[in-house]
Amino acid sequence: MSLDRSDVERIAHLARLQIDEQDIPTYTENLSSILNLIDQMQQADTAGVEPLANPLDAVQRLRADVVTEPDQREKLQRVAPAVEEGLFLVPKVIE
Amino acid sequence: MEWEVVIGLEIHVQLSTTTKIFSGASTAFGAAPNTQACAVDLALPGTLPVFNENALRMAVMFGLAVNAEIGKRSVFERKNYFYPDLPKGYQTTQLAEPIVGPGFVDIETDDGVSRRVRLHHAHLEEDAGKSLHEDFHGMSGIDLNRAGTPLVEIVSEPDMRSSKEAAAYARKIHAIVTTLGICDGNMAEGSMRCDCNVSVRPKGEEKLGTRTELKNINSFRFIERAIDTEVARQIDLIEDGGRVVQETRLYDPDKNETRSMRSKEDANDYRYFPCPDLLPVIIDDSYIEAIRATLPELPDARKARFIEQYALSDYDAGVLSSYRPQADYYEQVVGACQDAKLAANWVMGELAKLLNQNDTDIKVSPVSAEQLGGLLLRIQDNTISGNIAKKVFELMWSNGGTADQIIEAEGLKQVTDSGAIEKIVDEVIANATKQVEQYIAAEPEKRGKMLGFFMGQVMKATGGKANPGAVTGILKQKLDALCS
Repeated sequence: MSLDRSDVERIAHLARLQIDEQDIPTYTENLSSILNLIDQMQQADTAGVEPLANPLDAVQRLRADVVTEPDQREKLQRVAPAVEEGLFLVPKVIE
Repeated sequence: MEWEVVIGLEIHVQLSTTTKIFSGASTAFGAAPNTQACAVDLALPGTLPVFNENALRMAVMFGLAVNAEIGKRSVFERKNYFYPDLPKGYQTTQLAEPIVGPGFVDIETDDGVSRRVRLHHAHLEEDAGKSLHEDFHGMSGIDLNRAGTPLVEIVSEPDMRSSKEAAAYARKIHAIVTTLGICDGNMAEGSMRCDCNVSVRPKGEEKLGTRTELKNINSFRFIERAIDTEVARQIDLIEDGGRVVQETRLYDPDKNETRSMRSKEDANDYRYFPCPDLLPVIIDDSYIEAIRATLPELPDARKARFIEQYALSDYDAGVLSSYRPQADYYEQVVGACQDAKLAANWVMGELAKLLNQNDTDIKVSPVSAEQLGGLLLRIQDNTISGNIAKKVFELMWSNGGTADQIIEAEGLKQVTDSGAIEKIVDEVIANATKQVEQYIAAEPEKRGKMLGFFMGQVMKATGGKANPGAVTGILKQKLDALCS
């Protein structure tokens, strides 16, 4: 399976990655070869094999429903570029 | 052409856990912005989610209440998209292996249509934060207190055939989750939010029409209105030779119209994959059965019992059982006064009226079930009439006190002494010569209606305290004596 230029542009857009025009042919080639490897893996007979959600042979640990994280706003907002009235400020977004 | 409407609902229910689904931050409503958003909720590097056992327990309760298979193994996945109120860049949710499998609920509309609505599944996921677009110097403000609040998303099959059925279904889900105590059910605060998938097809056609999705509707009334509006739009469009485009639409209650938000063509590709930070959740039969043993009496069962035990009408039993605090209150009133029908009339009538007018939940009603029960006892033993009882009830609502205290203090005790009533009746008859003449002149079968005037005069003279039954008897007897 091979990707074309528009696939790469779309993947980059979904991941919000800005890519250089000149790098697109390289990305296209690299990603296509990854897909080729996946094609090859698809050949393996997996009939009767349970899909794997996690490689660890363990189950999810559960937490009691008790507050352990009090207000730490001041400390946590110290690393934010812009805050006002307790809110994080980000470039304007409106759907 | 005759059209058939096809509706499926996705209902998001906020679980009333104390903490977030994957962190130990509080979920209390109304806190100052970002004071309940910890490092996990902010997706700071190096943090890991740990699943809240109470969220799991509540999801299982819901599954059992809707006759569903419970997933003994469920898996969290990442749904990837970018928005500032979703700091991780993905929502942790479930897809292929949800906690609740196929189930069903039975619904009934006001006009008597009953239907079984199948649930496709219900899954656990986390809520996002909130974006505030007021002007912060051209920026948006982000509050992440809600980020990570546990949700159960309940996905129905497209089994509903009218907006009324959709609203009845949403009400049923609301009744179930509030009865289970897994959600506070406050739709105005967003504790339950509804997306409606709506399509139309020519009657008799099997193939589904193209659907649109109406997002984030937060009242039962708006569910009906939004669907009716959207159905009319789709039918007009098709009959004018157009075609419906699959898209997300927003309902505007002020203008009563739906408008396009984004079409699925440029919708996100969410690229789901199993979350590597969370392991599969495994539960066994003993866990599920222990939860089943704790389930309260569910709305359908309670309604059936109300009909059986209290001889209530289907409608009354349905209304009273639909909200657990109201059903509990009702049963306490019955316990106090032993008259199920009278209690139903008052809880659904005078009490509901004042609760609505004052926008008050029955859980914090100023008149307790014991107070109301005490009042109804005084109607039953003829201490006061139903009309005076309304007056006592209003005083009880605003000033507190027991019925006996209020009746005593206000001198509202009903006059049943026939001697006293006779005296007043004589006075009324003596002062109404004209009406008495008319009464005598009237055809005997029309006289019954004319009693109303005299009745009113007697009630006026006694401040409404005369026993209506006794007054009618005495009036009739005295007037008819004048006729012969």
